[in-house]
This record gives sequence, structure tokens and C-alpha cells, in this order.
Amino acid sequence: MASLDRVKVLVLGDSGVGKSSLVHLLCQNQVLGNPSWTVGCSVDVRVHDYKEGTPEEKTYYIELWDVGGSVGSASSVKSTRAVFYNSVNGIIFVHDLTNKKSSQNLRRWSLEALNRDLVPTGVLVTNGDYDQEQFADNQIPLLVIGTKLDQIHETKRHEVLTRTAFLAEDFNPEEINLDCTNPRYLAAGSSNAVKLSRFFDKIPGFPDRKRFGAGTLKSLHYD
Amino acid sequence: MSFLIDSSIMITSQILFFGFGWLFFMRQLFKDYEIRQYVVQVIFSVTFAFSCTMFELIIFEILGVLNSSSRYFHWKMNLCVILLILVFMVPFYIGYFIVSNIRLLHKQRLLFSCLLWLTFMYFFWKLGDPFPILSPKHGILSIEQLISRVGVIGVTLMALLSGFGAVNCPYTYMSYFLRNVTDTDILALERRLLQTMDMIISKKKRMAMARRTMFQKGEVHNKPSGFWGMIKSVTTSASGSENLTLIQQEVDALEELSRQLFLETADLYATKERIEYSKTFKGKYFNFLGYFFSIYCVWKIFMATINIVFDRVGKTDPVTRGIEITVNYLGIQFDVKFWSQHISFILVGIIIVTSIRGLLITLTKGMYFVSSVLLIRMSMPLEYRTIITEVLGELQFNFYHRWFDVIFLVSALSSILFLYLAHKQAPEKQMAP
Repeated sequence: MASLDRVKVLVLGDSGVGKSSLVHLLCQNQVLGNPSWTVGCSVDVRVHDYKEGTPEEKTYYIELWDVGGSVGSASSVKSTRAVFYNSVNGIIFVHDLTNKKSSQNLRRWSLEALNRDLVPTGVLVTNGDYDQEQFADNQIPLLVIGTKLDQIHETKRHEVLTRTAFLAEDFNPEEINLDCTNPRYLAAGSSNAVKLSRFFDKIPGFPDRKRFGAGTLKSLHYD
Repeated sequence: MSFLIDSSIMITSQILFFGFGWLFFMRQLFKDYEIRQYVVQVIFSVTFAFSCTMFELIIFEILGVLNSSSRYFHWKMNLCVILLILVFMVPFYIGYFIVSNIRLLHKQRLLFSCLLWLTFMYFFWKLGDPFPILSPKHGILSIEQLISRVGVIGVTLMALLSGFGAVNCPYTYMSYFLRNVTDTDILALERRLLQTMDMIISKKKRMAMARRTMFQKGEVHNKPSGFWGMIKSVTTSASGSENLTLIQQEVDALEELSRQLFLETADLYATKERIEYSKTFKGKYFNFLGYFFSIYCVWKIFMATINIVFDRVGKTDPVTRGIEITVNYLGIQFDVKFWSQHISFILVGIIIVTSIRGLLITLTKGMYFVSSVLLIRMSMPLEYRTIITEVLGELQFNFYHRWFDVIFLVSALSSILFLYLAHKQAPEKQMAP
């Protein structure tokens, strides 16, 4: 596959929400047996059939970049992480359904990832406040996934599921809630699987596949 | 009447401290997490509140505020409560939460946490035997026994921490130790990092495609399970799976490399920031302080060695002694007594503030405070010492000073060694291509 056909999707979220388990489930269709702390970034590849079942079907490799760390990291770690945010085609935000703060922190994650080309020094000028206009001209498809659904008691499920309204009011992203230790949530034909392939289909169907944030200060070529 | 007023003052200040501890817990320690068990927060705030009141009582002691008998009463009460919490409640809850996390023992967690607590108490008691703290006058469960044990643990920890801090602080602040980092170094490392990621991706793509073709051809890749499965897989292994394991090993090695590169890049960024910080006014100021502080640390280490070698224990209050020396040297007429009282009060205040800050960052709270009290006793002039001695009974204070010096020295020397090794290793890594 030529490098021009790269499709890069970031997986962002707080420490311990289950990004590595999720990526493993998406790419290998298996449950991750021994999850451990992600240092730096771990990548995995998912083979995706674009427009499956239609004559225009095409197979893509989707790279899922699972970036470790938390929003409150030292600025040196944030600057190092910033090198992974180049040329992103899609973002998956992951939060933990049992931990409210992780969904609140998703806003800061989106600022960190999407603000890259506005601030060339790599230092965030905003103080973390959520600015709705930033998302107005954002064209990267977004997906929000809530994990650890199995750890929420049946009676509280409804309340928890209606609580996660991040981005919903302005951007209306897709939203999936699942449990990464159980592959049946993403079984073929389930509504979650449909949402997932719809999300992945949005990426290559992107008008002229604009590369977002082609690096202002750093000109790195990695062909 | 005055007793009631004093008690109400004490109680209001305790409530204030409790609220402060609660807020600190929520804002700083648990900023990114959701609190599920409020018990932890309550215990933390209660311990914090009582510890702060103890320090408050010391200050009142020096200032002469409040009635002497009510002070004495509050001291005793405070000490009892803190010891109770420290020796009984906190270890029990720690054990309880540890046990709850282990799935196997979930049903009988109460029983197991009691067992854990009993083992803790046993070791805690045994701790006292090799040390010369047992006084035949008092019974088994007296306050002196408990304090002495808590004091030993606390003094050890404090000496360890201050030994490390005494060496680490100047190392961090002084720019002499900073390596020179340029932008090109960082860019080069980032290039390497991204190249490694690309290599990982291309290998994973091959693996994914291979797995897909295998799946489509009907060769499901089963992991060998059990003894016979392994024997079978040795003889009849599909060529596809052999390739996969080889590539998987290469991928593992590359992933390890990418982690190393990430950490090195983060390190370089941090160094670069420190260099920039040291060029600002604030940075220069801290650099200057760093030099002074390092001299102070060296002096402290030196004094600790002398104390041990010459078997001497600090008897005079250092502030008074310092003022005496200056007065004699400079020949200035100085009302020593008047000034020494105020200066020692300020010193005690500084020690308290820095202790509080240091303590709020470390874990072992209560022990730290009790042992701080023991050591503060050394810095205070004789007349203030009486009440503390009266409350805490006849503990062998000399022993504690000696013990502190030993541990402090050991900790400082080992952290010097450790930092030296780490410093040496880093520039060598950079030179490797």
C-alpha cells in the first residue's frame, strides 16, 4: 500500500480508561489479556472495508494511534506527545463510564489535539476553556466511546448513559458505550458495529483528504 | 470559664483545619479521579486536623497564649486521639482496602483485614525491642510506649526524606548541572521516534493482512493449549503462523525502542525548559538560593558526621548559640534573650510550614508530625521544653537525635551516589547514534 493511502486515527483519553484494551479489541478481535500502562504511543492497525458490500468497496489500513498519558502531564510530556498529532484523519475520544472526571477531561484533550496548528510554539494559549467556535470549522470526524459498561450496576445505567453529552450539543458525534472485555459488543451486525463502520467510512470519504496540521514549526517527512 | 473559652478556640481551629484538609484532598490529590469511598477522605481530614492542632499548640506554648492547664489538657487529649487513629484506624483501613481489591478474598474481607491488622500490630510492637526506649517505670499500653514506636518510624522516614531532599534540592535548582540541549537534538530524536513508529506500522500491516488471508483460507490460528497442544504445534505448524511470531518479536523490540525514544525526548524537552527558566530572573534567584542551600546541606551532613564520630548530642539551641557567636565577634550590644525568643519562634514557624508542605506531599502523615514534635524540642530553648517533656513523658530524646543523624547521613550519601550515576549515564546515552 502506498504511503499516500495512510489513514491515521488518534485514540485519546485519560489514563486507565481502557484505550489499549479498546484498540486491541478493534484490531485483533480479541480481548487484551494483560493490560499495562502505555508509555508514549502504541499503534495498531485495523483492516477496514470501505463501503462494504457496494461496488466501490476498497480495503484500507486504519492506523489507530493510542497516545498514553493524562491532560495534567508536565509540559515537556505534552510537547513530546504533540509530535504524534500531525496529519490526523480522525479522532476517537475514550472515557470511563464509572469516572465522571474522565469525560470532563475530554474537552481538554480535544483542545490539545486540535489546537496544534493554531499555536506554532506548541504551548496552549487558551486556559483550557471550551470554545465552541473552534469546532465550527473542524472537519475531522469524531467518535466518543464510553468503556467499562459492565461495571455499572443495572439500575444506574440509564442515568449514566444520558449524562455523557460531551460535544453532543454542537457537533453531534457518534457515541458508543461498551465493555472492552467482551467482544460481543462489537459483534458484526450489532448497532455498535454499524456505528463504528459508519465512522470509519467517513474518513476516507473526506473531501480531498485534507491533511490537518501539516506541521508549522517542525517539518518532518516520514515517507 | 477560661477553660471553656480556650476549648472553644481549639475546637473552631480544629474544624477549620478539617475543612482545609478536605478541600486539599479534593482539589489536589484527587483532581482527576472520582471519590468512591468517602471514608478515606474523612480519615485524611481528621488526621490532618489533629496534626495541625498539635503544631498550633506548640505555637501557643511559645507565645504563652491560653491558660497553662487547659493547654496541658488539650495536649494530652490531642496526643491520645492521634495515636488512636494512627495505630488503630489507619492500618486497619489500609488492610481493609487492600483486601477488598483481591477478588478471591472478597467474601471474608473483614476477617482478613483483622488478621492483617494483627500482624501489623505484632511487627509494630517488635520494632521497639532493639531500641533503648523501654523504661521499666511504665506499663505496657502506656502512651510512652506507643509514642516511642511511632517516633522511631517517623524519625527514620523523616531522616530519609531530608537526606534525599538535601541533595536533590540543590541539584534541581543549580544550573551548573544542566546539560546543553539544542533544538536540533530534539528534532533529530523526534525524527527517529516517528521513523520507529512507521516501521512498527508497516510490520503490523503485514501481520494484519497475513491474518486476514489466513482467516479467509480457513486456517484459524489457534494458540497451543496444554501440553499436547504444544507438542502438536512443534510438528505441524502452518508457515503463516511461523512468520507471524517472527514479525511479532520484531514488533515487540521496536515498541520497546519507541518507548525509550519517547522518554528520552520528554527528558530533553524538560531540560530545555529548565535552561530557559534559569535565564529568567526567577530562575537566577532560585539558582542563587540553590548555592546557599547546597552550602547549608553540606554543613548539615558535616555536622551529622561529627555528631556521630564524636558521640555528641546537640544540647544548646542553635539560634541562641549563633547569636552569641555573632555578638561576641562583632562586639555589638544585643539583648540576646529578647531577640532569640522571636527568632526561635520564626524558625519554628518556618519548620512547621515547610513540614506541612512536605507532609502533604508524602504519605506517612501522623508519624511525621509526632516525630517532628520530638525533634522540634531540640531547637527550642530550655524553658519551652518543660511542657513538652512533661506531656510526652520520659522518652530518651538523645536516642532520637542520634538516630536521626545516622539515617540522615546514610540517606544523603546514597542519594548523592544515585544522582551521580544518573548524571553520568545520561550524556553517554546521547552520544550513541
